[in-house]
Amino acid sequence: MTWWLPPQASTFAAPIDWMFTAILIITGITFVLVEVGLVYFVIAYRNRPGRKAFYTHGNTRAEVIWTAIPAVTMVILGLSSNGLWVKIKGRNSVPANAYPIGVHAKQFEWWFTYPGADGKLGRVSPELIQETVNPTGLDRSDPAAQDDIVIRNQLHVPVGRPVVVTLTSEDVIHSFYVPQFRVRQDAVPGMSIRVWFEATVPGTYEVGCSQLCGMSHYKMRARVFVHTQAEYDAWLQQEAAKAKGASTS
Amino acid sequence: MSTVAATAHAVHAHHDDRSFVRKYVFSTDHKIIGIQFLFLSLFSLLVGGVLAMQIRWQEGFPGQPMPGGKLLPETMASGGVLLPEYYIELVTMHGTFMVFFAIMLLLVGVYANFLIPLKLGAHDMAFPRINMASFWSAFVAGILMFASMFVPEGAARAGWTMYTPLSARHDLSGSSLGQELWSISIIFFGLSSVLGSLNYISTVINNRAPGMTWFRMPLSVWALFITAILGLLAVPVLAGAAIMLLFEQILGTHFFDPGAGGQALLWQHLFWFFGHPEVYILILPAMGMVSDLVANGSRKPIFGYHSMVFAICGIAFLGWIVWGHHMFVSGMNPTLGSTFMVSTLLIAVPSAIKVFNWMGTMWRGNIQFHTPMLNAIGFVAMFTIGGLSGIFMAATPLDMFIHDTYFIVAHLHYVLFGGSLFAIFGAIPYWYPKMFGRLMSDRWGKVHFYLTFLFYNLTFFPMHITGMAGHMRRIYDPTVYDFLKPYQPMNEFISISAFLLFATQIIFFVNFWWSLFKGEKAPLNPWHDNGLEWTLPSPAPHGNWETPPTVYRGPYEFSAPGVSEDYLPQNRKLPTDREPALAPAHGD
Repeated sequence: MTWWLPPQASTFAAPIDWMFTAILIITGITFVLVEVGLVYFVIAYRNRPGRKAFYTHGNTRAEVIWTAIPAVTMVILGLSSNGLWVKIKGRNSVPANAYPIGVHAKQFEWWFTYPGADGKLGRVSPELIQETVNPTGLDRSDPAAQDDIVIRNQLHVPVGRPVVVTLTSEDVIHSFYVPQFRVRQDAVPGMSIRVWFEATVPGTYEVGCSQLCGMSHYKMRARVFVHTQAEYDAWLQQEAAKAKGASTS
Repeated sequence: MSTVAATAHAVHAHHDDRSFVRKYVFSTDHKIIGIQFLFLSLFSLLVGGVLAMQIRWQEGFPGQPMPGGKLLPETMASGGVLLPEYYIELVTMHGTFMVFFAIMLLLVGVYANFLIPLKLGAHDMAFPRINMASFWSAFVAGILMFASMFVPEGAARAGWTMYTPLSARHDLSGSSLGQELWSISIIFFGLSSVLGSLNYISTVINNRAPGMTWFRMPLSVWALFITAILGLLAVPVLAGAAIMLLFEQILGTHFFDPGAGGQALLWQHLFWFFGHPEVYILILPAMGMVSDLVANGSRKPIFGYHSMVFAICGIAFLGWIVWGHHMFVSGMNPTLGSTFMVSTLLIAVPSAIKVFNWMGTMWRGNIQFHTPMLNAIGFVAMFTIGGLSGIFMAATPLDMFIHDTYFIVAHLHYVLFGGSLFAIFGAIPYWYPKMFGRLMSDRWGKVHFYLTFLFYNLTFFPMHITGMAGHMRRIYDPTVYDFLKPYQPMNEFISISAFLLFATQIIFFVNFWWSLFKGEKAPLNPWHDNGLEWTLPSPAPHGNWETPPTVYRGPYEFSAPGVSEDYLPQNRKLPTDREPALAPAHGD
């Protein structure tokens, strides 16, 4: 157990944690000033026989100062965190070479679609969804869909390469959350939402659903495997072979 | 005209021949209605607390039979072990009861009703019958919500925020009648809130005593007035959304169903367009009453009265343009996220003004440590933490990480419990003598405050840590996740603290009920306050004043030079005071 943030495993983690620390310092200073001030006032100005309070209605200069300082701090904070936000979620933030993975959420499982050898995800449409046969509604008539691989509750990504995830949901709102990547995005029925990240540390992690999605919300969990590119390619080939075997048999 | 009204009331006050039912049940007296709201909301607070204890049992000791759990029916717990669907009902109803029926009714139902006419020198609310209707529709709403926990398939199961499509489709949530009763109850609740709000607004505008100018109003009344405006404009949006949700549930409409051309996110926009002003409905009255308490307890005029008023207005205005900060990761256009982040961060400014002004009020004061003042100091200390932790989630990139985790749970409880509820624990003993003619025990009040303060922090502060670890909200069993397993001892610690926090509230409830019958008889002005309410006998008669008081000054003239006592009531005429030139209209 750590009393700090989880290990960092994506390129977003460091700047987000930096921002966390910066805000912690700003709020920490304010916190100490206010609480120490309160305790001091409570002790220094406690009721004493014969004491009379100092009669004043305020002090404009003091009030202007303690209005201006938070205002300036907040504007600076807003500007600096907006820069990071645009890098993560902005309209043109997804890198051109990002590797696409489809994520389809339903009560209470995650379905991941991998693009196969062509590196392209096929078209999906909700009308084609059939339980077990075609859980994500992949349109097999699309040439790009021919070699797509669909796997339940396992997210495999290569390390050091941007990955763009396209989130869809079949029933209710779910939320895709990998704490070590510092990435979260809701999956909303009727919408197809793109979110990208770049894993930096090989290992296994977990995807959690972080939006209440029904009775077994707590069990809606998937594993994340971050591989080196070579390992990833080998894994993908192996899965492609498995998929082929399954469809021909 | 005002003399005629006053005479009529004088007669009325002396010969109160109303029947028991008209006097205590279907009463139009704002004070009785306030007390009715007090009992309804304290009951809701208890319900919400009992639900919270069950949540904490499951989080701290997942899979273990809950003590007393065998008493629950098989649909809720199996062999004493809570079921996942019941757990979702618990979190849903805990939020619903605490937000709507406990805190909102305690602040707005109780104190807007009780304080506005008394503090303004009015005989009653502008529309006493509408006021009665407001209570009884809240009562119906409360009964429906309470009953929904005992229907087949259980209570609503979509969280208090009722995100669609989960809340709209019974096949997905597994709850049907309970889900519909939630919507119906909220529609009644909305009606109650609108009726109350328009009454408060009308009363403040029209029924102020002669000399009670806008800037002589106590900050509690200012806050309740601004809150009423928020309520009048925001709650109908919720009621409208609840009507759409009910249509979706029982008529099969498709407002929120993307499969048939609806929009799943529409609910979130409607809900939070209400929901964020609602957050300020839940804190502004607390801030207002704390201002009264801090000035009184410090025996000093409030520091920067005008900036306090403008800060209330500023918070209320900004409260309308920040709803999107609940939706940064909802799929809303990220560019909107930038806009909402800036407006959200700006709220820190008026909030900071208020905290610094409270501290300025205490500075060089003569601080009295009675229970109300202790709780007011607790409010300032804890609201500061809640306000500061809000900055973390206002920053969009950071929200992407901490959204929907226990960090948010910690934040909202620092504002709603550390803020609103501490203010309520200050306000209840402070105005208790005015309500019931007796004082609550100050000694037990202090014991209650110190223990609550301790266990409250031990309960909610560690939630920041589990939230930073990524602990998601509303998960039935955190040990399912490998990354959360190491935090289970901390979850146990939180749960044990929460049980002790709950046990501490027994002191409050016993003190409340015991003092009702055996408490010390209250003197006329027990807190040496300047407010008009303390010039009346306790409890005050129906119609309040025989002759409306005349107001000569603001409410915070404590320790004024040249006055022998350290307070100066608003209606005491000094030789230097002039009669108010123009008496405000005094409708009745």
